[in-house]
Amino acid sequence: MISELGHFALILAGFVALFQAVVPFIGAHRGWSSWMAAAVPAATAQFLLTAFSFAALTHAFVTSDFTLKLVVENSHSLKPMLYKVSGVWGNHEGSMLLWVLILTLFGALCGWFGRNLPPSLKARVLSVQAMIAAAFFAFILFTSNPFLRLAVPPMDGHDLNPLLQDPGLAFHPPFLYLGYVGLSLTFSFAVAALIEGRVDAAWGRWVRPWTLVSWMFLTVGIALGSWWAYYELGWGGFWFWDPVENASFMPWLIAAALLHCAIVVEKRESLKNWTILLAILAFGFSLIGTFIVRSGVITSVHAFANDPERGVFILAILAVFMGGALTLYAARAGAMQSKGVFGLVSRESALVANNILLAVSCFTVFIGTIWPLVAELLFGRKLTVGAPFFNAAFTPFMVALAVILPLGALLPWKRGRLGRVAMQLWPVALLAVAVGLLAFAVQTGRSALAPIGIALGTWLILGSLRDLWLRTGRGEGRLRRLVHLPRADWGKSVAHAGLGVTFIGIAAMTAWQIEDIRVAKIGDRFEVGGYGIQLDKVEEVKGPNYFSTMATMTVWDGDRQIAMLHPEKRVYPVAQMPTTEAGIDNGIWRDFYLVIGDPQAAGGYAVRTYVKPFANWIWAGAIIMAGGGLLSLTDRRFRVAAGAAKAPGRRPVPAE
Amino acid sequence: MRLILAALMLVLALPAFAVQPDEMLSDPALESRARELSKELRCLVCRNESIDESNAGLARDLRLLVRERLVEGDSDAEVIDFVVDRYGEYVLLKPTLTGANLILWVAGPVLLLAGIGIGIGYQRRNRLSREAPAERLSEDEAARLKAILDDGSA
Repeated sequence: MISELGHFALILAGFVALFQAVVPFIGAHRGWSSWMAAAVPAATAQFLLTAFSFAALTHAFVTSDFTLKLVVENSHSLKPMLYKVSGVWGNHEGSMLLWVLILTLFGALCGWFGRNLPPSLKARVLSVQAMIAAAFFAFILFTSNPFLRLAVPPMDGHDLNPLLQDPGLAFHPPFLYLGYVGLSLTFSFAVAALIEGRVDAAWGRWVRPWTLVSWMFLTVGIALGSWWAYYELGWGGFWFWDPVENASFMPWLIAAALLHCAIVVEKRESLKNWTILLAILAFGFSLIGTFIVRSGVITSVHAFANDPERGVFILAILAVFMGGALTLYAARAGAMQSKGVFGLVSRESALVANNILLAVSCFTVFIGTIWPLVAELLFGRKLTVGAPFFNAAFTPFMVALAVILPLGALLPWKRGRLGRVAMQLWPVALLAVAVGLLAFAVQTGRSALAPIGIALGTWLILGSLRDLWLRTGRGEGRLRRLVHLPRADWGKSVAHAGLGVTFIGIAAMTAWQIEDIRVAKIGDRFEVGGYGIQLDKVEEVKGPNYFSTMATMTVWDGDRQIAMLHPEKRVYPVAQMPTTEAGIDNGIWRDFYLVIGDPQAAGGYAVRTYVKPFANWIWAGAIIMAGGGLLSLTDRRFRVAAGAAKAPGRRPVPAE
Repeated sequence: MRLILAALMLVLALPAFAVQPDEMLSDPALESRARELSKELRCLVCRNESIDESNAGLARDLRLLVRERLVEGDSDAEVIDFVVDRYGEYVLLKPTLTGANLILWVAGPVLLLAGIGIGIGYQRRNRLSREAPAERLSEDEAARLKAILDDGSA
């Protein structure tokens, strides 16, 4: 019964979306304020109906209602509660429902918080948002209905893919979707601005917080996914350049670019066309990502719904929205007049460079991702584009980005002098090079990757700190002024420093990891990277819905025990799948990463040991980046009436 | 119970994890070369995994093949050629720089150059279009100025 209500609510939400797409749009065109005003209650209703529908599906999963086909295929009565709930989005239909839930949530949020938006812009934004929602409601109802019943319900379900039964992955999709789908709102803003034919500083100020929110969620979502891959897949990789990973990474790169050029629109009323284009492309890449994951056209470990019909439907949505938006862009972009003039050496130019590097790196990833498809269709070559290509083609852009970032962050608007910035930064550069040389001295005869990455990371971190310190001006009370700097300044420096932390983590872990593979008997102690590793015992354990071969291993530094770890090899009998659960001792400077393998014919067990220096810096950096975004989001100017004249008594901020 | 469990384990635990101790070569230099080569070769039955990471049986066969060739004294390039001859270029994780693949490899750098060009062009045009009207006089203004100057000199 509840499932039927959920199904009904979903259909109703689809109709509300159609209403919201049409009525406010006409209202904005004709200037009828009552028709425009219909957008907000409609957005609220759409969200509440979708939320009810989602709750109904969650109820079915929590109560293990095996009359629902979806629950049978993705759940099991013995599964822990957390995974019953996360099972709702651990499959195609449910995750699409989560997708529209977030889509309608963003629409509703825009309606609730957008009191200061001009009525016509608000009506158009919500109308475009509802058009997207309507397309996806149709997609769900016609191709991926989660509420289908079974005539003969089985006694129990088929269980969720055991790889997905993990706390990290339970929250990975919601975060990722909040990011993906959040970009729909910036898209709606861009299209609405094109229809209005007006982009000004106020528009930039409205768009930026939404971009920031999406980017933050994407950052956290990607970090969670990468962290999960690290501890779950059993060899401690953190990024595989898998098509689906790329699908989430491309919108992230474009969102980062959009974030930066929206600043230029907001502060200098320049680069408007480019900002609009990026806003369209950002959501375009979200849709492309959805297409890649759902259609299974490009094979990947994640593609859990390989269905041509669904793929075609999403491709049609992509074609309509991207085609429509880009046509509109071609017709109207010329009307956007830029106001601000800037010199070749200026903050604006630095942000343009940032945008070029981020956009080009994104397109490199894009071409690499779709190349196997293109090569097969056009040239009849069956080939693979894997991690070695991406590492070679993508990394140089990031290196260039890191080199110019601290310089650009210090340049003034309009016109600057490189010499002056260089003067301010030379101690930082010197320190960074010194740290790099130190890294080079510590390692002997290994690749130059680690010293370069560590020097760049140091350059980013110290450069950000220097930036903050320079902002405090001269003379007395600098510390006090430092604390009271605008949150946006803090956010910027924290986020940039976070990028530096990630750089150091990736470089050090990739270059300095130590690996050891061997057969160990119970009681054996062997040495890896100067530490003693001992296999104490191996026992069979029964979990709630799995059997486990659990080892007890200890890590020793001389006679001192550092850690006791329990790497496991699990078998999920219902899903008929084995998984490895690595035993990891997390540390700031290094992780110990132990994996237990199969018993060997000659006795003993296959054991893998890794010492991974600076591993946690990779994700810590991502979290710091997201934290910087959060700081920036709490800046006063996003809370005061956006677009209103400068608040009285606003302290003059040093030129940023 | 333990017996059932053990039997279950045997049936289900078929995919072993990546590189096994028994595959490894005793010569550390050869072994590390084998590892590096394995990272460039695709496991044919997996999705985008190298044979170094893969648990599949076929990946193990390929790993053993690579090591066999290395022990026989092949160079890295010869080993790759040997594998590509048998399995096609599909097996390479890093596409070769041949034919249409050139597009793939140069796309990034070309786009970067184009981006820089467009960026500088935009900056120039933007500045000229703003500054020009202020710097140069319109024809009317020039005529008036000329008239005033002529008046003065007359």
